[in-house]
Amino acid sequence: MAVTASTWLISVIEALLYLALAPLLVGWVRKVRARLQNRRGAPLLQPYRDLRKLLVKEARVAHTASPLYRLAPYVVLTATWLAAASIPMVALDLPIATVADIIVLVGLLALARVFLALAAMDVGTAFGGMGASREMLISALAEPALLMAVFTLAMTAHSTNLTILIGHHLSDDFLLRPSYLFALIGLILVAIAETGRIPIDNPATHLELTMVHEAMVLEYSGRHLAMLEAAAQIKLMLYGVLIANIFLPWGIAQSITPAALAVGLMAILLKLALLGVALAVAETVVAKLRLFRAPAFLNLAVLLSLLGLLSHVILEVGA
Amino acid sequence: MSMSTLTLLQQLVVLLAALVLFLSFVLLAQGRLISAIHTFAWQGALIAAVTLVVAAGGQIHHLYFSAVLTLVLKALLIPWMLHRLAVRLALERHSETLRHPALVSMAAVALVIFSYWLVLPMVAEEQTFTRNIVAISLSVVLIGFLMMVVRQQAVAQVLGFMSIENGLFLAAVSATAGMPLVVELGVAFDVLVAMVVFGVFFFQIRASIDSLDVDRLNRLTEVPEVSEVGP
Amino acid sequence: MAMALTLSGLAVAFALGSAILSLGAVKDGRVIRILATPLLGVAGVSALAAGVVALLTGEVATATVPLGLPWLPWQIRLDALSGFFMMIIGILISVVGIHAPSYLRGIEQGRGEALAALGGFTGLFLTGMLLVVLAADAFLFMIAWELMSLASYFLVAFQHEHAANRRAAFLYLLMAHVGGLAILLGFGVLAAFGEGFSFAAMRAAELSALWASLAFGLAFIGFGMKAGLVPLHAWLPEAHPAAPSHVSALMSGAMLKVAVYGFVRLTFDLIGDVQWSWGVLVIAIGAASSLMGALLALMQTDLKRLLAYSSVENLGIIFIGLGLSLLFLGRGHTLLGVLALIAALYHSLNHALFKGLLFLGAGAILHGTHERDLEQMGGLLRRMPWTGLFFLIGGLSLAGLPPFNGFVSEWLIFQSALQSWVIDNGVLRALIPIAMAVLALTTALVAATVVKTYGVAFLGQARSRHVRRARPAPRGMRLAQGLLAVLCILLGLLPTWVIGLIESVPKQILGTGLGDAATPHGLWLAPIAPETAIYSAPLALLSLLILGGLVSLVLRRGAVRRVRHCDAWDCGFAPPTPRMQYTATAFAQPLRRVFAMLMQIETTQATREDGTPRYQLKIGDRLWGTLYLPVSAMVESAARRIVRLQSGHVRGYLGWTLVTLILLLWVVSVVD
Repeated sequence: MAVTASTWLISVIEALLYLALAPLLVGWVRKVRARLQNRRGAPLLQPYRDLRKLLVKEARVAHTASPLYRLAPYVVLTATWLAAASIPMVALDLPIATVADIIVLVGLLALARVFLALAAMDVGTAFGGMGASREMLISALAEPALLMAVFTLAMTAHSTNLTILIGHHLSDDFLLRPSYLFALIGLILVAIAETGRIPIDNPATHLELTMVHEAMVLEYSGRHLAMLEAAAQIKLMLYGVLIANIFLPWGIAQSITPAALAVGLMAILLKLALLGVALAVAETVVAKLRLFRAPAFLNLAVLLSLLGLLSHVILEVGA
Repeated sequence: MSMSTLTLLQQLVVLLAALVLFLSFVLLAQGRLISAIHTFAWQGALIAAVTLVVAAGGQIHHLYFSAVLTLVLKALLIPWMLHRLAVRLALERHSETLRHPALVSMAAVALVIFSYWLVLPMVAEEQTFTRNIVAISLSVVLIGFLMMVVRQQAVAQVLGFMSIENGLFLAAVSATAGMPLVVELGVAFDVLVAMVVFGVFFFQIRASIDSLDVDRLNRLTEVPEVSEVGP
Repeated sequence: MAMALTLSGLAVAFALGSAILSLGAVKDGRVIRILATPLLGVAGVSALAAGVVALLTGEVATATVPLGLPWLPWQIRLDALSGFFMMIIGILISVVGIHAPSYLRGIEQGRGEALAALGGFTGLFLTGMLLVVLAADAFLFMIAWELMSLASYFLVAFQHEHAANRRAAFLYLLMAHVGGLAILLGFGVLAAFGEGFSFAAMRAAELSALWASLAFGLAFIGFGMKAGLVPLHAWLPEAHPAAPSHVSALMSGAMLKVAVYGFVRLTFDLIGDVQWSWGVLVIAIGAASSLMGALLALMQTDLKRLLAYSSVENLGIIFIGLGLSLLFLGRGHTLLGVLALIAALYHSLNHALFKGLLFLGAGAILHGTHERDLEQMGGLLRRMPWTGLFFLIGGLSLAGLPPFNGFVSEWLIFQSALQSWVIDNGVLRALIPIAMAVLALTTALVAATVVKTYGVAFLGQARSRHVRRARPAPRGMRLAQGLLAVLCILLGLLPTWVIGLIESVPKQILGTGLGDAATPHGLWLAPIAPETAIYSAPLALLSLLILGGLVSLVLRRGAVRRVRHCDAWDCGFAPPTPRMQYTATAFAQPLRRVFAMLMQIETTQATREDGTPRYQLKIGDRLWGTLYLPVSAMVESAARRIVRLQSGHVRGYLGWTLVTLILLLWVVSVVD
């Protein structure tokens, strides 16, 4: 791994790309979903305007809030952002991959989640506690599925380093691995649950008693809310890039040349657009689940990841 | 053995076998009867696809016929009969919830590992491909059995029975490139007859105990039970 | 090297001196606070120094003390393994030495005798622990072990005014003795083959596979019971919270580690030739312990009980690591075995630090509010900011979040488990990842527990009057917590250095350290090979800080950086009261419902005489009903049968004596 100033520069640019593109992805999903539902929908750039609006407004903090309440948005945003930046997006072989492997990535997301849940409980209203409690339920059930899917991939590539993992998949000839298929579906289910999409949570409503993420951020306003919104958007994009680049790595730049980088950028944009369409279709077709049906959904994710693991062990390795 | 040493068709067989196993799990956990019947139909279709791939891979012509037979019988005819039966028994909206769904699926996972452990020493090292598929087939069989144990509904039990047959067929097709055509026809005919007999039985059971819950069959015991409760 | 041994001898002497001083100071409780407790701190520092020296030099020092039986003088040995655990015990004792005076000041009026007992038995308890780690023969080991158990029994029974504490202490004593018996028998097997009670003789013994398995099984039962592994954990959540908080910290932080030490010493060092099937057993028991511990911790509303259950969970994680190590060693993958052992030891150290910190935090809360019940707390962060900060650090370490220390050891365990592809047995390859999935579930449940505990205790609004008026913790308590918090952060940030220190343990008892591929990479931690797994805690923290700084720089400029304070959102109804907050029980409700199968949950909805409805929830351990109650019923019915022997007739007793005598004579003649 040639660690040079230029590769670090690309790492930094990739990190900034996450910040810049994440609202666009959210806008895209909303637009497609609106069209599928015969609505015109908000403009593609609406999430940027929302963020800007939040940034120019003053932040209000409840009397009962402690310092943790104001610290939490920074921790949530930076931890999510760092987790995202450690995933190869446009190019492989970047030095940031040596800072955090995929298990650290899971840990960083957990750090962000814990701080968000703590902040939700800080003001001392019923909504915050409710959201925090539910968020921890969902994450507790999603974690084993996520980890088993990751294990399946890492045992195939013999590495938890994302660069090596993706590189291994690229260097393979085209192989029909059942374990990858199961892990892919399991990971998608986990991503849906963790990013708070339908059928687990509904990002578009404040009225449902079943809300999870929105209940946690209910007290926030101004720039604090902007940071939390940005973190949620980055998280969606993070899972999108993770799924796209692990399972469909083709197109990612394997060398640091302008042409390869341009191809890599186009490829990831295309993949994200397609995934966004898939997400919008799924959210249009599927109805929101009751909270206590969510364990069944996540059990399915666990089962799929487990089958991925078993089919890796039984069918693909032998011995 | 690693994936890359297999031919593309073999990889396809592996993929399809894994999907068959997955559908066994779905079948096990699926509470709604109609959906379970659909799942069973898909499993039959996958078995037919495996047969087709094996036929194409080994240029075995009678397997083409077998594939068509499987498709017609397991993916279309029997599901259709079951569906019609469910409608006539007014069970379209029937759904039963397993008491401990997570426990049951963990048991099924344990069965998969157990069958792999069982098959490991049976087949020589160079035939790992065959052995692995046999392990999958055995788990499909055992999960079918488990389904018959944990389900109370008679129609669901029949689905379990049929998926046992699917597992056996998967083993036969992929491990030994199919049975002789005569045997296959015989088996197919048996399954069909079994299906018809089951259908007749369902009506008989329901007529005598007014339910298809197999747990109620204990009333048919000849020893009078003291602790009989409820209607 | 003689220096390390001298230092450890000094530590033992100081601990013993502190005990004697306390027991002698019945008249004046202040002696204990001013002299005996600081002496404990000194003992801790010398133990810490001894441990670090032993680890750094990596040499073995032995000595013989002319005490004990005439033909069996006590043998003492300080090697890297002893040194490592000496270090853990030393850290905790020193910190407790700082914390305890503040605690004693609060209760010393008119309770001279009780305080003398507390100080005396704490000293004896520590002496016992230090001697266990130093012992090099089974005789001294067992004496020290029993000293530790008995002294801690008195500490558990310290607040004996409450019937529950007396019951907990009795249960503890009972289980400790059953465990001690198993350990004794395990040593017996080894001594029979080694023809001697010294560890050196046992190490040289050649055991057949069956006898080795028996010795292992006995050791696992005995030490597992002390470590609180499921299903032998029932005493732990009863006993640990009953003692004063700094003693709870010692019991959870240090005594459980002594059990880990005993297990490692007996299995890895004395038996030596490990079998992989032991590893499977240990992993399974460890996974079950971690899951049950985490679940039951999540359900608790008593802060100290919660922490005690979380000790069960962490010991489960440590034993998962040890089991992986046994498995890899048994199948001939020595390097991976070394890695898993290092991970387990690292987690032992981490658990000692953050659990000590959390128990001391609970002690500070108890000191400031006289409250252990989470449902009465709330908003403590504003009343006790330092305790709040340190408790948060401890909680984040407990939850295994980067960049704190708990994450590093869990990362190492995951990494060693990921290497299970080298094992040439498909079934094992499938089972290890499943155990890791259980571990992942555990980690997530612990995160939920931490959010619950911290959110209910320190955040929100106070739920009772005395908590609203909480006193901040005294300086000694804050200093003690602060030291542990700093260590938690340092151990999270400098894993390469810590691993370098721990590595001398496997170098001594297994003969190898980590491989060449894992040579220190400075800021990077790469335990197997850089391309397999790499993590850089300092750089991760640095990146977090840079990104955070960037964000705050951008966002906190201009006219809108002002923050206006207002009331919380009340949906247009009455302003929210503390009673509207989610309680600890409510927080755990969704997970309780999902995992109801694993627990015994009783709810009663009764209406009291005055018409107010009451909802009662009791969450118990399923194992009580399925394992403990039948055993105790069996023992009781057996006892009732034996009672019939007590007829009251003297001639009857003489008759039994005669029968016994004849039986014994017959046995003697047959054996000869």
